[in-house]
Amino acid sequence: MRALREEGVKYIFGYPGGAALHIYDALFKQKHIEHILVRHEQGATHAADGYARSTGKAGVVLVTSGPGATNAITGLATAFMDSVPLVVISGQVQSHLIGTDSFQETDMIGISRPIVKHSYIINKAEDIPKVVQEAFYIATTGRPGPVVIDIPKDMTDPNLKFEYKKPKSINIRSYKPKIDPHPGQIKKAARALLSSERPVIYAGGGVVLGNASKELIALNKLVKVPVTNTLMGLGSYPPKDKLFLGMLGMHGTYEANMAMHNADLILAIGARFDDRITNTPALFAPNAKVVHIDVDPASISKIINADIPIVGQVKESVLALIKEIKKSKIKIDSEALDQWMSQIYEWKRLHGLNHDLWKHVRKNQKILPQVVVQELYHATNGDAWITSDVGQHQMFVAQYYKFNKPRRWVNSGGLGTMGFGLPAAMGVKLAFPKDEVVCVTGEGSIQMCIQELSTCLQYGLPIKIVNINNEALGMVKQWQDMIYNKRHSASTYQNSLPDFVRLAEAYGHIGFKVTKQEDLSKVFKKAFSLKNRLVFIDVYVDPSEHVYPMLVAPNGSMKDMWVAKDKKA
Amino acid sequence: MKRTLAVLIENKPGALARIVGLFHQRGYNIDSLNVAPVFDESYSRMTVTTQGNENVVEQITKQINKLIDVIKVSDLTEGSHHEVEYVLLKISTKQFNQTFKRKLKYFEHHIIEQDNSIVVLGVMGNSASIDDFLKSLNKKSLIELSRSGCIGMHKSEKHLTI
Repeated sequence: MRALREEGVKYIFGYPGGAALHIYDALFKQKHIEHILVRHEQGATHAADGYARSTGKAGVVLVTSGPGATNAITGLATAFMDSVPLVVISGQVQSHLIGTDSFQETDMIGISRPIVKHSYIINKAEDIPKVVQEAFYIATTGRPGPVVIDIPKDMTDPNLKFEYKKPKSINIRSYKPKIDPHPGQIKKAARALLSSERPVIYAGGGVVLGNASKELIALNKLVKVPVTNTLMGLGSYPPKDKLFLGMLGMHGTYEANMAMHNADLILAIGARFDDRITNTPALFAPNAKVVHIDVDPASISKIINADIPIVGQVKESVLALIKEIKKSKIKIDSEALDQWMSQIYEWKRLHGLNHDLWKHVRKNQKILPQVVVQELYHATNGDAWITSDVGQHQMFVAQYYKFNKPRRWVNSGGLGTMGFGLPAAMGVKLAFPKDEVVCVTGEGSIQMCIQELSTCLQYGLPIKIVNINNEALGMVKQWQDMIYNKRHSASTYQNSLPDFVRLAEAYGHIGFKVTKQEDLSKVFKKAFSLKNRLVFIDVYVDPSEHVYPMLVAPNGSMKDMWVAKDKKA
Repeated sequence: MKRTLAVLIENKPGALARIVGLFHQRGYNIDSLNVAPVFDESYSRMTVTTQGNENVVEQITKQINKLIDVIKVSDLTEGSHHEVEYVLLKISTKQFNQTFKRKLKYFEHHIIEQDNSIVVLGVMGNSASIDDFLKSLNKKSLIELSRSGCIGMHKSEKHLTI
């Protein structure tokens, strides 16, 4: 407890059990750290994850051995894929029982190995302070990620007495994350950027995680080139800036994907050329020189070869680039840039997203899911913290909720974990109790962690839940519509959905059901006026709606997109 | 193409599993693996041989380096280096004939045990020639075989130490 307190921990998300009971007893006897009792360990990891993504601090989880540990695995993998700092403490059976298949024993270190940044098992109680200190350091520095500490029950025996000792500073000889970029590479990057005619800045989650949004904006004040964000990078660049192209990739905007494909220079900042971005790597941006800034050297040239690799913290690297550009005698060709921008605007005019769908009320028709997000955007002045689950609703939020601040968009991008949204929203709400926190979800995802509605009641977390209800696993169904000749294998529920309004009420909250577009704004207004209550807004939408654009796969490039049903561009 | 990587890794429980797991997790193969503590017991030196083009091996090297317990990684194949492997061979004394001995003479070797029925030999050489040597033997003549896996080191002035 003392080691955790010294790391500035305010909340622990967890669930008790035999092997963790000594720790739970110590928790009971102190007042500095509040424990949030979830209803399932997956909820604990996602809640800690939401807390970590929104604050930038490590989220802390405490679970027991065996099933407690295995239930935490999905949340660990989620955090690992999106580089979120977590410290997950798992109880373990007593040291002498390890390996004997004892009650609630599982090899947590082994099970979690591929999905953690690092892990520790405690062999001596006196190591605990040092290990906790190192775990927080490793989780939060370099490319962040989850760290597991597995603690056999006898290591937390209250009768053990030892001197509380840990080093004043951390020095791990095998772990020295790189901070400053190589000046020679920065010079090359500046030259390449300033000499380009069709550049694009492709900024990812690394800009958010590395707190480098301000620096990115400052860089683009200088060079004024088009910017696109990955799903994880949204919020790192002002959406209203005329140089902003929106999200790129699988469901990115037409103009962003076309700009990437036709660029002569791509400046990737804290992005990892994920397969949801590049489409077929061999066909990716055939004429582009690639400059790649990343804190993780293994992310560079993993999928797309970088012509100019830059290893360093995003903030430091972008600052160095700004300095270099200011010094440089090369002037970017503004005429070429203007031409490039008009080409991009032309693409946008052709197949850009329509952000004004909400203004047109479709009477006697089902609500468009896009309209729900647009109405939500206006109801919250674009200022809410939004968490989401995974599927069509997630993509609609990414496309239509114009995030204007980093960290406000909390979603599982890498692993794509359904069930993430509600517990993540709990973590965000605890970190920012005065702010509006909305979980946009679907009737499929929400049922994967719905038990956390009970946690929300216990701790008074007035989250707003917007359930975009299309009565089907929408994204699966979309693929089945497009690729499997409309065979909806296991993607619908055949009238077995719960009444979400009554379900919310059963958990002690408020529920609204919306079926008409003209009621949407009223219901949102009412829901947001109920400051101290969790409100579950169940919006029935048009189940036939698909997410577009969509990259054509397999064997497509970034220029190959479906822009509407039966319409390829 | 065959690649030989040398890795310095903290001598901590589970460290080896992290390396082995990484190969599997990222779809790479381990052809041979040798590991033992060196110098002060606080760290081990590992030699891993694997297959892959330059890009694949660069990615493997980076991913290994990313493991917190890994102190240093070096692709020995990048420059000139020494490579050696040691083999224990058990054959029947009857098979330990002139033909066999002729093949043996290209290798540093010694007899560890010999009696009327069994000969145990220690044979040293680089992995490729050992492969060839073993292929040239009649499989039935071999009773038991144990290979150390390749161990390697940079030539002359280039060092891999902490």
